[in-house]
Amino acid sequence: MRAARATAHYVLLCLCSVVILFPVAYALLMSLMDGAAILSGRLWPENWTLVNYEAAFQQAPLGRYLWNSFFVAFMITLGRLIVSSLAAFAFVFLRFPGRDRWFYICIATMLVPWEATVIPNFLTIQALGWTNHYVGLIVPFWAMAFGIFLLRQQFKQIPHELYEAAQLSGIGNFRFFCRVVLPLSKTSLVTLAVYSFLDAWNMYLWPLLVTNDDRVRTVQIGLKQLQTQEIASSWGVVMAAAVIAMLPTLLLLFAGQKQLRKGLMQGAIQ
Amino acid sequence: MNERVSPVFPPAPWSVRTKRAARQAAMKSWLEGMVYLFPSLLLFGVFLFYPLGRTMYLSVFHTDYQGQPTEFAGLAHFVALLQDDSFWHSLKATILFAALTVPTTVAVSFGLALLVHETRKGIGIFRTIFASTMGMSVGVASVIWMFMYNPAIGIINRLLSAIGGVPVSWLLDQDTALYAVAAATIWMNIGLTFLLLLAGLQNIDPSLYESARIAGMSYWRQLWTVTVPLLSPTLFFVTTVSLIQALQTFGQIDFLTKGGPVEATNVFVYAIYREAFVNYQFGSASAQAIVLFLIIALVTFLQFRFAERKVHYQ
Repeated sequence: MRAARATAHYVLLCLCSVVILFPVAYALLMSLMDGAAILSGRLWPENWTLVNYEAAFQQAPLGRYLWNSFFVAFMITLGRLIVSSLAAFAFVFLRFPGRDRWFYICIATMLVPWEATVIPNFLTIQALGWTNHYVGLIVPFWAMAFGIFLLRQQFKQIPHELYEAAQLSGIGNFRFFCRVVLPLSKTSLVTLAVYSFLDAWNMYLWPLLVTNDDRVRTVQIGLKQLQTQEIASSWGVVMAAAVIAMLPTLLLLFAGQKQLRKGLMQGAIQ
Repeated sequence: MNERVSPVFPPAPWSVRTKRAARQAAMKSWLEGMVYLFPSLLLFGVFLFYPLGRTMYLSVFHTDYQGQPTEFAGLAHFVALLQDDSFWHSLKATILFAALTVPTTVAVSFGLALLVHETRKGIGIFRTIFASTMGMSVGVASVIWMFMYNPAIGIINRLLSAIGGVPVSWLLDQDTALYAVAAATIWMNIGLTFLLLLAGLQNIDPSLYESARIAGMSYWRQLWTVTVPLLSPTLFFVTTVSLIQALQTFGQIDFLTKGGPVEATNVFVYAIYREAFVNYQFGSASAQAIVLFLIIALVTFLQFRFAERKVHYQ
């Protein structure tokens, strides 16, 4: 009875996995076939080939797109960690007039969808001359209410006695922040980093608006370019580019999945 | 000979001195606090509060093609929106899209989370697989699904004709396009929702299941009397997050259908994008953006209120 139940459970798990993995497996298989085989509607390649991957790097500056995405996502993540942790530190450890009011203002920003501000933001970036520059892709995303909120929840777990002891022994706030608070909050910082990186890598509307130059375009826009110029016979090339573009985020997700699961909940449900 | 003269003014009484010192200390602590908050406040100011105000401002003006206000329009844009079939159509498409994606995403993710909640050998692999679509960016997911939907060589029509069905132009048919985009979106969003629900499940005290088992409850009864009530804050949270995400959908629309055919998939954000950056009607696009802001602010606000009450209740 118990064995039967376990078997049924595994069968169900495998079925679900097949359905979820199917689109990825399909893209992978198609990327390894030549154009004629794809048009003939095969599902399993007869002759395995890497021509699509070569073509993807030759027909479009895929390497450049990937680097741009990586750099932009990395810088957004780094900036978010710094900006959010500084604010969260002030909200938890420092006492100053108006603190709670500022906190509510920061939290209120969660009510505003980015899309509702995108028109003036586009005009601002244009006025600053930041279109087609990395800064225009990066800086607007540094402040993040969710990041502040998540880290504040984490910092509150640090015993206040530690802070008092540090003050008594004459350790300044900034040193306490760098030497004690940050090292004790590794899980939350990693969670925020993984989440931010995935989020930034996924950005689409904003890079579409503020870039029209291959030197700064991200891989999302690159895929769009490839797909638009593609003729039916080279779907394999598009699939190859898609497979390449999913690798960095998939690897990051595999590495950070457990952290992400534990850390996100802290911020989501107090 | 010139001995130190006593101060002309007697020292201030202690109460005044401490008050002054206290004020100075308060000033100092305020300055220090503001230094830590400065980056966040500056960025929110420049890239969030100013543009929100500016959007409101632009929504009551006619603008030139560079986005400069030219002539006061009053509520003309809003009135025009309410009379515009295209606006109502886009609102309807957005609501239908949300209704198609949100409940399905949450239900499927909940099922998957329940499946991997029990510890069994190799369960970690399945957890990773189920979370994997979170690593699919909008571009990657879109091009893959676009190929699967390809009327001539895509796998979906191949399977359909293999079982004797008639091929469908999924993304080009007015009746199927929104459903097709919704299916791709559900697949894309399952990863994050699953991960959050699994985390919620693991927060439930295992001893509750122990007592339920001792009381002789069946699996399904446990699900309804223990799991669902205790998971309800998380379920509510992921539902609102998915709803907000659905209202903000843009990328997959731009990839798969460009709002077509015949505006069948012209969801809200796509309509704003087209109005502003294709037609250069910044004023009327701003008016639509304000409507979007009001809707999302309301949903988020309700989520806050409900979550607060939930915490007291527990």
